[in-house]
Amino acid sequence: MSNAIIKVQGLSKRYVIGHQANGDGLRHAIEGALRNPLKWLKKRSMEKEEFWALNNISFEVKPGQVMGFIGRNGAGKSTLLKILSRISEPTSGRIEIDGRVASLLEVGTGFHPELTGRENIFLNGAILGMTRVEIKRKFDEIVAFSEVEKFLDTPVKRYSSGMYVRLAFAVAAHLEPEILIVDEVLAVGDAEFQRKCLGKMQDVSTKEGRTVLFVSHNMAAVRQLCTEVTLIAKGEIAFQGGVREGVARYLMDNAANKSGWKRQTPMPTEPGIYFRDVSVQNERGEATELFEPSENIRVAMELFANGSFSRPQISLRFTNAEGVPAFCTCSTDYAGKFEPFEPGVHRFIVEMPAGLLMPGRYSLHLGSHLPRDRAFDQIDHELSLEVTSIGSTATVFGDNRPGVVVPVFQWRRI
Amino acid sequence: MSKLIIEAGRGERQYWRDLWKYRELFLFLAWRDLLIRYKQTAVGVIWAVIRPALTVLALTMVTKVGKMPTGGIPPALFTASAMLPWQFFATALSESGSSLVGNSNLISKVYFPRLVVPASSVITSFVDFLITGVFVAILMVWYHFIPPATVWLLPIFMVLVFSVSIGSGLWIAALMVKYRDFRFIIPFIVSYGVLISPVVLKTSSFPEPWRLLYSLNPLVGIIDGFRWCLLGGENTLYVNGLAASVAGTVLLLVTGIWYFRKTERTFADTI
Repeated sequence: MSNAIIKVQGLSKRYVIGHQANGDGLRHAIEGALRNPLKWLKKRSMEKEEFWALNNISFEVKPGQVMGFIGRNGAGKSTLLKILSRISEPTSGRIEIDGRVASLLEVGTGFHPELTGRENIFLNGAILGMTRVEIKRKFDEIVAFSEVEKFLDTPVKRYSSGMYVRLAFAVAAHLEPEILIVDEVLAVGDAEFQRKCLGKMQDVSTKEGRTVLFVSHNMAAVRQLCTEVTLIAKGEIAFQGGVREGVARYLMDNAANKSGWKRQTPMPTEPGIYFRDVSVQNERGEATELFEPSENIRVAMELFANGSFSRPQISLRFTNAEGVPAFCTCSTDYAGKFEPFEPGVHRFIVEMPAGLLMPGRYSLHLGSHLPRDRAFDQIDHELSLEVTSIGSTATVFGDNRPGVVVPVFQWRRI
Repeated sequence: MSKLIIEAGRGERQYWRDLWKYRELFLFLAWRDLLIRYKQTAVGVIWAVIRPALTVLALTMVTKVGKMPTGGIPPALFTASAMLPWQFFATALSESGSSLVGNSNLISKVYFPRLVVPASSVITSFVDFLITGVFVAILMVWYHFIPPATVWLLPIFMVLVFSVSIGSGLWIAALMVKYRDFRFIIPFIVSYGVLISPVVLKTSSFPEPWRLLYSLNPLVGIIDGFRWCLLGGENTLYVNGLAASVAGTVLLLVTGIWYFRKTERTFADTI
């Protein structure tokens, strides 16, 4: 593909970690070099440890694309962006970029607390690579976006942190580069302003056709903005492609694998009903522990009865991360009566409707018992699943609602 | 659309083009430093006059008490004409020396040619130089002293002192990124420098072989040059010494840029 706007080939970055005890102090440098130059040079190279923050990375970005970079902390995302924005140099590899790059690695870079809002707009603009003429032309637009008209001639050290961030983002958002690099800007500011920023970034990419490289841990924002994602793990590209799949992989990598349980110990011999196998599945029957709010949650289980029981009950309980029970469902509920168990294998599938649970992590607890008589078996804290916040009723309106379930009810006008 | 290529250890030509592209940033940073320098001070910009005035007063007393030869020139003028380049060098060195570390948030967050930072500090100090220049002019009026025609050659020496300041400023700034020790070394350079540069002394009082050696300190030729331009009279130009000073200046400037460029690519990683 020759029409790529950014072309990265075999990019690597090595950091040398010097051990603090041998520091980089001047005294050490002079003393060591004077005492025994040869030995000092040799010793120095031994005491340092190498660390590859990026290891042979290649990818391409096409014009107008919004490429999301996701990965855990320390995976190398920020290093990559630093190299792309020329703050630090690669150790090896090559990057070709067609056009002007502006990076927004942190809003408010170069703001000086003693200067007024007006002065800082000019200073910050210049630092980000705008010319004076350009800043003058956009000045009114920047001020309008930031909503700080009244305080333009106040030193920014007297600003509230919200005003500060608004002004800083406003300057950066009005740059006109072909490529905009954005790193975690959305972590600051209130919900209202975050939405405004997301909207502005969407405009930049869709209306103005610019290329955006976006790094975030906010998967909802990534889903909303990006057209493609690159998942970085341990300095290498783990995945590149569709946003949906990339985000799912990222979340999966982060989660402990607790979507299935199998009995490890031999089946008890005393009469009872015992679990053999339980798994958490999506509606396609695939084992997973990540669910979008729009997906049904399925729990499939296999039990073994070594006797006949006339009034047994199997129960399944969900508790959230704070240990609060979300609900409890039992094998007897739907029919409204007990169904006897014969000796042998019994299989069940319970399917919970989509859009019921609040986003978050849930533990599953299962039990088999004879109500008001005795309990046979139970599984606690062995199984869990996560409901992501992407597109959940609980998050789309930004209303920060409490509760463990978010059922959708109709509000009829009367 | 310009094509940008990023590779390890590349981009000498690109660098100088970028430096030109970011020329406005020089002025913006200098302007910022000027704006904030006298914020929240009671007398504000008057400090720019008080500082040289007090220093000249102190040094003049040294000259008078020590009965140092001034060649018939009022001692205040004698010291003030040397203070002019010296003060500029001293402030430029301290300001540009600590400029990179002082702007570390910029260095680690945004790209621009790093040379802009120490260079703009030198520009800021140059504004102080101009104010001190006005102060010297007022002294001349006070003493009814008419400078000789050589005063028109002063810009040559201004270029020289500018180059020395940038050259040494770049060295210190780049070294400070790695060795913060230089934060403590700068004040020593400044306070010893006053003694080993001819601020209160007259260079002509040195016997021959020592005088040339003394002139290897680039500031010697520059301060002598300032005196020659501003005061004339006995303050003649010592050509050998001037040549040594010019050579020292060029050496400092060239190696300063070389070392700065060499270490610049790792600033963001080490700062």
